[in-house]
Order: sequence, then structure tokens, then C-alpha cells
Amino acid sequence: MTVIEEVSVPSPREGDDGPLLEVRDLHVQFHTREGVVKAVNGVNYSVNAGETLAVLGESGSGKSVTAQAIMGILDMPPATIPEGEILFRGQDMLKMSGEERRKIRGRRIAMIFQDALSSLNPVLSVGYQLGEMFRVHHGLSKKDAKAKAIELMDRVKIPAAAARVDDYPHQFSGGMRQRIMIAMALALEPDLIIADEPTTALDVTVQAQVMDLLSELQREYNMGLILITHDLGVVADVADKIAVMYAGRIVERAPVNELYKRPAHPYTRGLLDSIPRLDQKGQELYAIKGLPPNLLHVPTGCAFNPRCPKAQDICRTDIPDLFPVTEQDRSELVGRASACHFWKETLHG
Amino acid sequence: MAELSKNDEQQDATPNVSDVEIVDAASETEAVAAIEAPVERGEPILQVRNLVKHFPLTRGILFKKQVGAVKAVDGVSFDLYQGETLGIVGESGCGKSTVAKLLMNLERATAGEIFYKGQDITTLSGRALKSVRRNIQMVFQDPYTSLNPRMTVGDIIGEPYDIHPEVAPKGDRRRKVQELLDVVGLNPEYINRYPHQFSGGQRQRIGIARGLALNPEIIICDEPVSALDVSVQAQVINLMERLQDEFNLSYIFIAHDLSIVRHISDRVGVMYLGKIAEIGSDEQIYDHPTHPYTQALLSAVPVPDPEAREGRERIILSGDVPSPANPPSGCRFRTRCWKAQDKCAEEAPLLAIPERFKGADTPAAHESACHFAEEKDVVHAA
Repeated sequence: MTVIEEVSVPSPREGDDGPLLEVRDLHVQFHTREGVVKAVNGVNYSVNAGETLAVLGESGSGKSVTAQAIMGILDMPPATIPEGEILFRGQDMLKMSGEERRKIRGRRIAMIFQDALSSLNPVLSVGYQLGEMFRVHHGLSKKDAKAKAIELMDRVKIPAAAARVDDYPHQFSGGMRQRIMIAMALALEPDLIIADEPTTALDVTVQAQVMDLLSELQREYNMGLILITHDLGVVADVADKIAVMYAGRIVERAPVNELYKRPAHPYTRGLLDSIPRLDQKGQELYAIKGLPPNLLHVPTGCAFNPRCPKAQDICRTDIPDLFPVTEQDRSELVGRASACHFWKETLHG
Repeated sequence: MAELSKNDEQQDATPNVSDVEIVDAASETEAVAAIEAPVERGEPILQVRNLVKHFPLTRGILFKKQVGAVKAVDGVSFDLYQGETLGIVGESGCGKSTVAKLLMNLERATAGEIFYKGQDITTLSGRALKSVRRNIQMVFQDPYTSLNPRMTVGDIIGEPYDIHPEVAPKGDRRRKVQELLDVVGLNPEYINRYPHQFSGGQRQRIGIARGLALNPEIIICDEPVSALDVSVQAQVINLMERLQDEFNLSYIFIAHDLSIVRHISDRVGVMYLGKIAEIGSDEQIYDHPTHPYTQALLSAVPVPDPEAREGRERIILSGDVPSPANPPSGCRFRTRCWKAQDKCAEEAPLLAIPERFKGADTPAAHESACHFAEEKDVVHAA
């Protein structure tokens, strides 16, 4: 087994002021038999150390593809990245060699997947899989790696870690398996964790446990966290800022409290209005009409226009930029942006 | 004991044929007549009594030996009233989907009775069972696997008519299917398309149309919207509510999303490890829960409102749900309960109105299976 050399490429944990990770004008396309699928069309976002960015979107919005592009785990081909930059501590990862990226992946940026059962190898014990991180990256012996694995399992609060280190993934419950995934992501103390729907497959009581653990560890290690989800409730609980995606673009960006209080994009507003409430019995639900777009044939102009109650002629012809949402003497709007020609009306309506 | 005596009373009140084997044609005709008879709004249409389903655990290949049983459903009782929606919530493995299969008669109950208009459907067979099956239909969770990819939409929705030709004569079927497509908000011209040509939300509409084809009285919905995107979920929920009014349907709505269940349900039952922990109206369960499990479950729901979250108390349960093959003695929730005492390990609490709330005019006076039932609002900010 080859041991990856210690890296010098991105300076680890130095007090530089720039964002930890910055995605600039990222485009991802898939070449399929039916044509070119434009999965990501110019996404910009950034995360700082210790910060949680939630990327919210429905299936096909491009939220997971963006994450895979950051991790460098897209299958290319069929995927291509015709444009864009992914800056990790100021260095463009898309320009790096495979070898350089491999040194970042896992060690500086780690990922947690939705389905722990299919992300873990069923024929290897969890201790072996956790220890692999240390054996490959730090060249530890099997024995030392196992000791480290037990330590990690303790960190993520798996009861009786020493006794369970030789168990196989199927012997753990869903919540415990997700903890093992978190342990694996944390193993090398990365600067950034990308969690793709980490709690979607879990029951609500277990979901709360896992989310709490994740935010606790994030605070402790001062990591950046990109949380990819479709669940507006989970986002409200843990995120600092939110980017809402639709058809491969960010349609709204805002600090978490502001977004829920006053959305500035009709899609965000529609989403918020369409979820029933726990604390009171509502009337008929608001439903966004129509269906999410087919990415082979994204509507011209604003991709949301066929479903938008406010759509005008301009929406059918011009793609809206991500306009900064600002008004005089309104400091609470700092950091907000909306890709709607009529963001002002939406914000106030 | 309180639960048992109550059940006895109710069983006596219903025309009970469970103890009589239906063999001769005369009693079968009688049963069919009872099943076809209409039920007044607000009357119980389905009564479930002490329903039990154990799946045997066997060892050995040639000589199978039963070494235990997974107690998926272990004594569940509830009523479904005509025209209402009964929500059933619980975590995975609590037995809610097994209840659905038992109600559909897709699984044979180990014990217990299911009375549909007074007829125990667990003992019916032949013509009477066929008649019951026409009246109880199901909508499944996954619209991708519950539709045959090699059949057209018209064939899928029209297939129930092959088994029940009395509902739609042969020449009339195409028109009927197109009507159904229109009712669920799909273009009737799509009748010759295949499932893969539709999105998830549209497929679920097809599943609903198939459920409606035989004009049933009860539709059992097992997680009907959990596979759908948020923006499409609301469309399907609204459709289901509209259809309920239009066709006078009763729903059993099984889901794990507590907000959606509150939205659609008139009454809600909370299940844990094969038993009902608490049951009552949506207001009683959500605003005045008395069972600790319900309280923990509600408090764990992430609410899409960062400000409301600040004032809410959160109860984080430790550990996982125990295995239904070997449930804890006494109260099944005691291993995760913060109130558990010795009594909870020794004596299983019955599902009844707690002694302290009995006779009191309070929303907390609803059935809750806890020795130490206590009202606690976990949904609203303090």
C-alpha cells in the first residue's frame, strides 16, 4: 500500500483572511446521448473556517454535482468543467495535477455521503476502514491505526468503541453507521467538510443526534462545513448562511435568519410556503405549479419563469444576474443576493 | 384491564361474524351485502382490535426451527371513521407499514381482528374478501417501483377492472381511465405513455388514479409523498385532500414527516416498536402530547423557522430503537425514556386515558400508554 507523502501545497491552518473555499463561476456539463446536460451553470459561493454554508435545492438543482466537483470525484467523462475556478486557500484546485488533488482530498477536504450503508465496504470491519485513513495518509502500523480508530469512534460517541471496532457495517444501526462516516471524514482533521444530505436517510430522533454531533465537532475543530440538503428544517437549525439552487444556478443567497423571514426570490418564497407547519394546522398548502425543469431543455431566460407567479416578459428572455439585495439604511440585508428581476417586489410582497 | 374491557364492549356492539366460519353461500351473500352497505359520515368504517403480526425467525435450512419472532405489530387497536384521515407516525421499524399490509390483507395477521363495516376481514374469503379488497385500496411510497415499467399508464390504471369487471364494462374502460387521469390532474391524452416518461410527482398521481379506479371507500397511503421534492409534495397533498372531499374517502396516512401528518390528519396515532404509544386528535397529539416518546419525537423535528427554534425545548433521545425481535420488558420505550422507573420495566402500560386526566375537560385527556403521562408542549416556543 502506498503512503501519500506529507503535503506542502496548501498551507494548512494559517491565519490567512481569505475564505477557506471559494467557488467561482463554476460550470459542469454532462455529455449524454440525448444531448448536453447543463447541471451547474455559473455557481459562486464561499465558506470560511468555522462557518456553515447550507446549499439548498431539490433533486436536479446541481447541489450535489457542485460538491462532487469540489471533491474532484466527478466522472470525467461524461462530465466536463468548461469554465470556473475552485479556490482552496487561494489555489485553484482545477489547475492542480491529480497527485496534488489527492493530497487535499480526505486530508484537507472530506466528504460525508447520504447513504452510509453503501458508502462503507461491507466486507471490511469498520475499524479496518477507519484505520485505513491513518495507514495510507500517515503510514501508521496496523496496530496504531486500530488504536486511532477506537479513539475516533469514541469521539463520535459510539458506545463501547473498543468492543465494536472489529464489527462490520451491517452490525451497526443507521445512526451509528452515519457516525462512522463522520468519524472517517474527521480522521485527518480536515479544514472543510462537505456533507451531502447527511441525515436524510435517518429517523427524526436519530437525525437530531447526528446533526448535533456534527455541529459540535465542527465548532471544536473550527472547520468549514458545506451542508447540502433539501430539508428547510435541518438548514434552519445549523446553518450560518444559505445558498438556494435551482436548475444549476444559485437563485438566492442570504444569512439564515433573514432568508426565512423575508425571502427575496419567488422560488424560495414558494418553498417556504409549501411546507406544512408543526405548530398549527394550516389551510390548503401553497403549491408551486409545474415541475422542476429538464436540464436538457432549461427554459430560456430565468429557469424558474414557467412556474413563477410573478413572471413578466423580461423573465422569459433575460437570465437574471445574482443581484445584490441592498437598500439604504438596511444593514440587515448585508450579504444577500437574489437572481430575480423583481427581487425588490418579492422582498416586500 | 381498562383497555380490554373497553374492547369487549365495542366488539359486542358490532355485528361480529369472526367466530362463525363463512362457508355456505347464504352467509357469504350476507357478508357481501354488509360490505356493500353505505356507512354514515362519522361512523367507524374500520375497527382494528389487538392486531398482532409476528414474523418467525428460523434457523437451519432443511429442518427449519423457529428460534424467535420479530414482533412487528404487537397489539394495535384503533378506529377509522368514515370521511376522516387517520395519520400513523413512527420511526422506521415501528410497524407502521406492516399495519398497512395487514389492513390490505396482504399479510395474514398472527392474531387480532380487523372489522370492516362489522365484518372481520382477517377471516373472510372468496366473494366477500374480493368485495372488501375493492373497497380498500393502497397508494405506495415509491412511484418508481410501484408502477410496472412495461405497461402503459392506461393499462396500469385500468388493470383493476380486469379483476372487478362489474365496475367498468369492457367498452367503457378507456373513457373511465381518461376520466381518472383528468381527476388527478394529468392530461388524458397521456394514456398510452409509459411510466418512465413521467416525473416523480406525476407518477405518484398515476398511483393515486389506480387507487381510485374501483371507487374505494378507504385508501391506505404508505409514505405517499416522502419520495417527492418539496415543491411537488404540496401539489400531491392538495390533490389528496381534494379527492377526499370529492369522493368521500377515508384515509389512513402513514408517514414519518410529522408536519405533513398534522396537515392532513384529523386524528393521529404514534407508534413505537409495534404498539401505539399515543392516539388522539391532531390538536391533542401535537399541542398537548402526554407520552414522552411523542414529546421527544415532536421536539426533534427541525422547524424551518430559525427564530421559533430558539424558544423550543429539545429532547434528544439517547440510543437507538431496540430490536423488535427482543423488545424490552414492560414499557417498550423505557430504555430510552428519561422518566423510566422500576414500574416501567415490570408492567406494560395500557393505551388508555391516563388516570390523572380522566373526566377532566382538557385536551390532555386522550389515550396515552404511559405510567407517568404528563402534558408538555414541545412544539410552540415558550
